Amino acid sequence: MRVVHPGLLSLLQDSGRRGQHRIGLTTGGPLDRAAFDCCNRLLDNPAGSSAVEISFGGLQLEAQVDTFFCVTGARMPVLLDGREVPRWEVHPVAAGQRIALAFADGGCRAYLGVADGFDVPPSFGSSATVVREGIGGLRGEALRADDVLPCTAVRQRRRLYLPPPQQPRYQNTTTVRLIPGFQQRHFSRPQQRRFFSHPYTVSERCDRMGYRLEGPAIECALDGILSEGICFGAVQIPPDGQPIVLLNDRQTIGGYPKIGSALSLDASRMAQLTPGGTVHFAPISPRAAHRALHLAHRFAAHQRLPERGA
Amino acid sequence: MLYLGRAPGPALAARVQAACRAVEQVLGADLIDLVPSYTSVLIIYDPLRSDHWSVLRRVRRALRQMGDAQCSDSVRTVVLPVYYAPEAGADLEALAARAGLSVQQVIDLHSATSYRVYAIGFAPGFAYLGPVDERIAAPRLATPRPRVPRGAVAIADRQTAVYPAVSPGGWNLIGRCPTRMFDPHAEPIMPVGVGDEVRFEPIDRERFLALGGEL
Repeated sequence: MRVVHPGLLSLLQDSGRRGQHRIGLTTGGPLDRAAFDCCNRLLDNPAGSSAVEISFGGLQLEAQVDTFFCVTGARMPVLLDGREVPRWEVHPVAAGQRIALAFADGGCRAYLGVADGFDVPPSFGSSATVVREGIGGLRGEALRADDVLPCTAVRQRRRLYLPPPQQPRYQNTTTVRLIPGFQQRHFSRPQQRRFFSHPYTVSERCDRMGYRLEGPAIECALDGILSEGICFGAVQIPPDGQPIVLLNDRQTIGGYPKIGSALSLDASRMAQLTPGGTVHFAPISPRAAHRALHLAHRFAAHQRLPERGA
Repeated sequence: MLYLGRAPGPALAARVQAACRAVEQVLGADLIDLVPSYTSVLIIYDPLRSDHWSVLRRVRRALRQMGDAQCSDSVRTVVLPVYYAPEAGADLEALAARAGLSVQQVIDLHSATSYRVYAIGFAPGFAYLGPVDERIAAPRLATPRPRVPRGAVAIADRQTAVYPAVSPGGWNLIGRCPTRMFDPHAEPIMPVGVGDEVRFEPIDRERFLALGGEL
């Protein structure tokens, strides 16, 4: 696939880098894990196959081989040679045809995968692009015009689709369940009540590293802590009291106190919000968090994907 | 998150290292990643393979078995050459003036100490070293620089580090190290690891350039 136009921010991603935190490398990987996984399932690809994450839209590709593709995630109209085709569905594409994604009007991250995935050599065990580190993807950078994304010709693939009632509806508001963290006791009861009872707004400073939110300031009894590891979804409270939800490209260690950690499923959904979006936090116990995670995975694994024309 | 003590220091650093090995062994394939730091180890496990309680039980057992005995491992010492000069470290003179010392005294104090690698993070290959002699400890700059050069040797409070790549940064720059701190194509990728000891060796301009340093 040749990149005709890269759009605002299009990145090759697989399921992310594991086991490299000790040399300071972050995880990377798809912000909306559920949409990314569904893309590979529809294409009958091995889980975690490399796909392109398109933020906001504008990507245009030209096929150089006959294969199949699928777009999941944010509501970005998909045009195949100028004709709109449904998202969440596998389509054949012939060499010379163009795939174009318009700009999103619901959610902001979409995933474009091809049959058998993009064949990108891994760096540090993963193809995930982390621009801040200059690692992964084709050159450790976002896609550029005239890049060629390696993929093989595929002649047959079932044309699976996700029925519309099962497709996520992206609204610019979401509830993020929060697992209390080890520093929660340094936030007084009134501060915690304030955090859980007021909506927060997604600020302009939201990217793959983290989402900075705006709302009632939260005070912490600690000024700072000795730098320590930061997990996916950690909610840091810097001195200005405005929460930051840390995501895939987060720094691996940091010294701000944390009120807790967002359930990964919800942090992933939050990453579909655009500036101005609303986040409500709700506390959840580790036991309930485990249950929610297992339920979501079982649901996704057993989801029936019908075949077009079958 | 595993906390192993309160006061960072060489003894605790050794304990953090021993705990990492013990946790790796006891969790096996359930472990996704570990982040060792000054006093803690962040354990990231696969929640679809295991759960909070099983991980907790196994880690507790591993720590009990680890005891205090395993903490006397031999430590590797890495020597990093540094060209200390105002042209290589923009804050060297200001830091000396602030400390009431001569530039040479700052250099002597910085290169006389053996530092521990307490943590690696912030950016690929960024190693947090400490503790820096109190006399040359200096707070971060009020306004971070948008561009700190690769190899910059810097001080923030009682920590010191070598910037592995060009990046923004608010630490006080005192010199430049020609050794690459992070090179994805080299083996090993990093010259230092968490728990290692690091010493800085002053070199002159000529030697710095001969070792591949850039000004």
